Amino acid sequence: MSDDIKKFMFVNTKAPYGTVYALESLEVVLISAAFDQDVSLAFCDDGVFQITKNQNTEGSGMKNFSPAYKALGDYDINKLYVEKESLEERGLTLDNLMDLTYEDEDDDWAEKPSIKLVTRAELADLMDQQDVVISS
Amino acid sequence: MATITVDGKEIEVDEEGYLVNLSDWFPAVAEEMAKIDEVELGEDHWDIINFLREYYEEYQIAPAVRVLTKAVAKKLGKEKGNSKYLYELFPYGPGKQACKFAGLPKPTGCV
Repeated sequence: MSDDIKKFMFVNTKAPYGTVYALESLEVVLISAAFDQDVSLAFCDDGVFQITKNQNTEGSGMKNFSPAYKALGDYDINKLYVEKESLEERGLTLDNLMDLTYEDEDDDWAEKPSIKLVTRAELADLMDQQDVVISS
Repeated sequence: MATITVDGKEIEVDEEGYLVNLSDWFPAVAEEMAKIDEVELGEDHWDIINFLREYYEEYQIAPAVRVLTKAVAKKLGKEKGNSKYLYELFPYGPGKQACKFAGLPKPTGCV
């Protein structure tokens, strides 16, 4: 890996609607993809709600931007770490999350899951390995 | 606020010519925007415009140009999914100009 590629992790901790953090973070992530960096996302605390299935924002007056997470694979962002404890504390399982996938260029474009379940301790280790951690 | 007139309707656009309200779009809007940019829309342009509208419908974002190129290659074939071809169709940049004609916002992640 060349010296000018840095490891960026965007840590999402807030519910998708009610504040602009989730949407703004997603936009920064999509823009960061243009700079050919090593980008990963983490979802913990209420941030896990950002990638739940079947979001319906009718009545809140906000745009349902959850389909945009499905485009992350197209942007070559395919490391989405979900913290296991955060899911469990909210009574959620992987089945409640969207099927977020990417096509692996090195494996004949096979479709592979982008979401990886990690424990709180594993996520802490991953954060340690980053050059830059941006949380919202 | 700037406007363009299409079929007698006044339609709001921002300072760069993008639609303010995405729901204001209909095909003649693209034709009018193209006329302003001195581009004559043919079938090849419409393939890309329609593709972008479908992409937005599915993902709620306007794709960055390299994402667009890759996605077009997959859907319409390699001879269309390359930046030379797309730049010939949309000289001001396939991301920016094609998204504008398609009534979408400026692409996310275009720098």
